[in-house]
Amino acid sequence: MTSRGSETFFYWMMRGFTYFIVVVIAYIIIDIIWNGIGVIGPDFLFEYPRKSGAEGGIWPAIVGTFYLVIGTIAIALPLGMASAIYLSEYARQGRFTRMIRLAIITLAGVPSIVFGLFGLGLFVLFFQFGASIIAGSLTLACMILPTIIVASEEALQAVPQSLREGSLALGATKWETIYKNVLPYAVPGMLTGSILGIGRAAGETAPILLTVAAFYLPKLPSSVFDQVMALPYHLFVLATQHPDAEMVRPMQYGTALVLLILVLAVNLIAIMIRSHYRKKTKW
Amino acid sequence: MKSKAWKEKAAKIVFSSASSTAILIVLLIFLFLFKEAIPFIKDPGISKLFGTSWRPVSFQEESFGIVPLLTGSFLVTILATIVAVPFGVIGAVYISEVSSKYEREFLKPFIELLAGIPSVVIGFFGLVVLAPFIKAVFGLQSGLTALTGALLLALMAIPTIISISEDAINSVPKTYKEASFAVGASKLQTIWKVTVPASISGITAAVMLGMGRVIGETMAVLMVTGNAAITTLSPFESVRTMTATIAAEMGEVPFGSDHYRALFWVGIALLIITFGLNMIAQKVFSRYGGRQ
Repeated sequence: MTSRGSETFFYWMMRGFTYFIVVVIAYIIIDIIWNGIGVIGPDFLFEYPRKSGAEGGIWPAIVGTFYLVIGTIAIALPLGMASAIYLSEYARQGRFTRMIRLAIITLAGVPSIVFGLFGLGLFVLFFQFGASIIAGSLTLACMILPTIIVASEEALQAVPQSLREGSLALGATKWETIYKNVLPYAVPGMLTGSILGIGRAAGETAPILLTVAAFYLPKLPSSVFDQVMALPYHLFVLATQHPDAEMVRPMQYGTALVLLILVLAVNLIAIMIRSHYRKKTKW
Repeated sequence: MKSKAWKEKAAKIVFSSASSTAILIVLLIFLFLFKEAIPFIKDPGISKLFGTSWRPVSFQEESFGIVPLLTGSFLVTILATIVAVPFGVIGAVYISEVSSKYEREFLKPFIELLAGIPSVVIGFFGLVVLAPFIKAVFGLQSGLTALTGALLLALMAIPTIISISEDAINSVPKTYKEASFAVGASKLQTIWKVTVPASISGITAAVMLGMGRVIGETMAVLMVTGNAAITTLSPFESVRTMTATIAAEMGEVPFGSDHYRALFWVGIALLIITFGLNMIAQKVFSRYGGRQ
């Protein structure tokens, strides 16, 4: 009986540890929604900041983050998907494949600020792009490339081998098989995995700190070689560099909430698409 | 027929060259970090980096010793790991072995959600909510301490530790557990004496990857650790980590100065440490994980 009692006690302890994490996450999210929701309105979303961000809105930062995300997708998505196709469909066990896998693991572990230094050294200075959308997008693309490759490869692996064999048996070539019989089933999975990486790119601050972000710009960028404002950087500066941090607290909370909504919405969409296709596809 | 063969070849070349960009990027990262850092060896001299004082801007003599930055990163990482491991491992065990199916379907995505919160938002929360709390609880002059940073980092490492540990726990063969039940062990005994020891390599790898994430994290520590470059092992002191140093100072240094090059050395140190952690984790994982 006592051992039964202690068993129950330990279960409750484990439950306690796990739900403590849940409570902390919920507390963070609720705190930001609670304090930020009052600030968000058309003025806040669609106006330029005034008085170093103490008044006005965050429109250019929203646009800037949007541009950066688009740029990052345009670079990382095709590259990552093509890499995954190679690894899943073409690659044989060998030195080259091992090197690629090692490189992907290494990239996945590189700290984001080191990507920032790399982007500064290569894109900003060596290629002379300056601090610009293109430099920032390229840096972010390098950062999320491993996420996209790993997710896409998983999606390709999930397509049953028999689909490939059937197509090959009918005389289709390898590329025809991949294009017509594998990709159509794998693309939803490839995209959802990639969206999670894109959510990360939207929220990252350290790499854009050194390669693109500006705290205040009087107008929107007109080319990919311009600097932009970005939501994470805007929040960082408002929270830590503003001379009157207490006074601009509502603006900080508002920016944090917009960023949180943006990133979580992206993730939620990915999770929903994933479960939708999981239910639909039954092998 | 000929155009078909050509197409096949083209497809293969396109895909293989796309996948070699990963190798290219890794090489370029090393190359460009060293390219910016190397002139430092000759001019102020590499020995300057091993000093115990980081005072890159000074009217008398600048010093670029990265020791206080290393100890800062070290202190924060160790503290964060101490906090994150029990929560991460117990959470993973609870989710995969104890919780009901419905509970699991709620818990897993909810904790994944945590991984999706941008670090600058976590840092902001730490600055506004956690730092005043720490200050009040411990009666400190300032809430911007190593401990504050470590708690936020622990929070950020927990999803990594949970998801990888959970995979490892799930891959323990069912027969192990059945054998344990068959000799009369209770469920709890089976969990802690059979399942967890059998997946210990995966859990170790999970913890190391979590530590890699912690040591490389920038924004949260930059915002809440106070950034004083002093060598200390007290959790209640302000510290300055390697990542925070780069992020805070790179914006203000003249390109090509000694200070600029020293920051690239800090980046190299960081890269080597995370690379090492990653490789060890992979080794641990593939050596013992392959068995399952």
